[in-house]
Amino acid sequence: MLKTFTQKLQSPSLKAILPFLMLAFFAGGAYAADKLPQAAISLPWWGWALALFVTCFFLGIVAVPSGVGGGVLFVPIVGGFFPFHLDFVRGAGLLVALASSLAAGPSLMRAGLADLRLALPLAVLASASAIAGALVGLAIPSNVVQIALGVTILGIVVLMATARKSEFPVVPVADKLSMALSMHGYFRDTAQNKNIAWKVHRTPLGIFLFVLIGFIGGLFGVGAGWANLPVLNLLMGAPIKLAAGTSGLILTLASSSATWVYLNEGSVLAVIAVPSVIGMMLGAMIGARLLHVLKASVVRKMVITLLLFAGIRALLKGLGIWP
Amino acid sequence: MAVSEKEETANLLSDEQKRYASWLQWGARSGLVMLIVTFIAYVTGWLAPHVPLDQLPSVWGLPVDEYLKKTGAPTGWSWLGDLGQGDFASLIGIAWLSASSLFCLFAVLPIYFRRRDWVFVVLCLCALAVQLLAASGMLVAGK
Repeated sequence: MLKTFTQKLQSPSLKAILPFLMLAFFAGGAYAADKLPQAAISLPWWGWALALFVTCFFLGIVAVPSGVGGGVLFVPIVGGFFPFHLDFVRGAGLLVALASSLAAGPSLMRAGLADLRLALPLAVLASASAIAGALVGLAIPSNVVQIALGVTILGIVVLMATARKSEFPVVPVADKLSMALSMHGYFRDTAQNKNIAWKVHRTPLGIFLFVLIGFIGGLFGVGAGWANLPVLNLLMGAPIKLAAGTSGLILTLASSSATWVYLNEGSVLAVIAVPSVIGMMLGAMIGARLLHVLKASVVRKMVITLLLFAGIRALLKGLGIWP
Repeated sequence: MAVSEKEETANLLSDEQKRYASWLQWGARSGLVMLIVTFIAYVTGWLAPHVPLDQLPSVWGLPVDEYLKKTGAPTGWSWLGDLGQGDFASLIGIAWLSASSLFCLFAVLPIYFRRRDWVFVVLCLCALAVQLLAASGMLVAGK
């Protein structure tokens, strides 16, 4: 059924309008959620759970071709346009990021595209700082978190709009720390049908940035795929495929440590978290199949627009201008 | 004899990488099954919740500390004592998914030990300590 569905989406006219249909869906949903505060009260719990499932399903579809994790889309959009408190949205956001990375992790590891030797040293520090981020996020007032979230999301928009990718970055010499940690190896590039040797450099700076990324991921519950990838690829020089896979593996460790904090603090409500996780994972399965149908650059532009809108919304909500 | 693409890739993988992947897959799949089964039991009313579902919209907009005060919901691991209630039973799958990486780290530790790869033994132990500390509930955010 999924195959027939994706085949139907192959039509050129549908391919062209699909991203805009999705954007219209988000904008319409956001407008309705914002304009109908009374309906928010009268809508039963299952109505919200269903709306959450549908929203996450569409977020999952665009998350894969746009190359961002589900968490970074989930928190500002659900936090901005659903009636749940940001404390619960962040708890669910971390779980969404965790479940998505757990689902993809094993196959990426078996394909050699997520490397444990590269991931583990970075993940240890990212996990520790994610705990600190989660504790700080739950301790400071919500409007401060909301403002900081808005600023961070707008920063991510700039990063997404400007960052370039390098398929095989040049690493002239591996640094001493990466050599000591044996952060080098080979992976099989099936597209080229050959083994690719890789090594990394600038590891101390990379580690420092992973500490920062872990903290932000735990603070806002947004995961960290949006930042892991450019640091691994552009800064440390890991080939893009290896960087993308390893980023997910790091996320499994960093997100789980922060999820524990939110769980122990009572900030995970199953009625919010479970429909979100299932919707996002089903959407991601469709998104992976639509990789060849949708034009990644168009979807990426759409996601940037969406994040820009959600970032402004979070900022204005935090400042009390658009409550 | 020609080596298949899959075998070519597998030859490049270390033992710990293969073991970690298998345990991660097992943890993720079993966690998702738990998540779905307990959630169905929760929303169908098979396991009555601590906070009635129809009252959730009046409390899910509150900050977590106010929500806990109003509903009397437990924090830390106390929910384990209330697994007969649907909303807490649903947390089993969430906790299991969060613990998946812990299982994997325990699983690869003996490989690093056998190989006397002390740097990665220490890294593994550090990663385990961080995860266990986070899971312990000893770290509390104060508002």
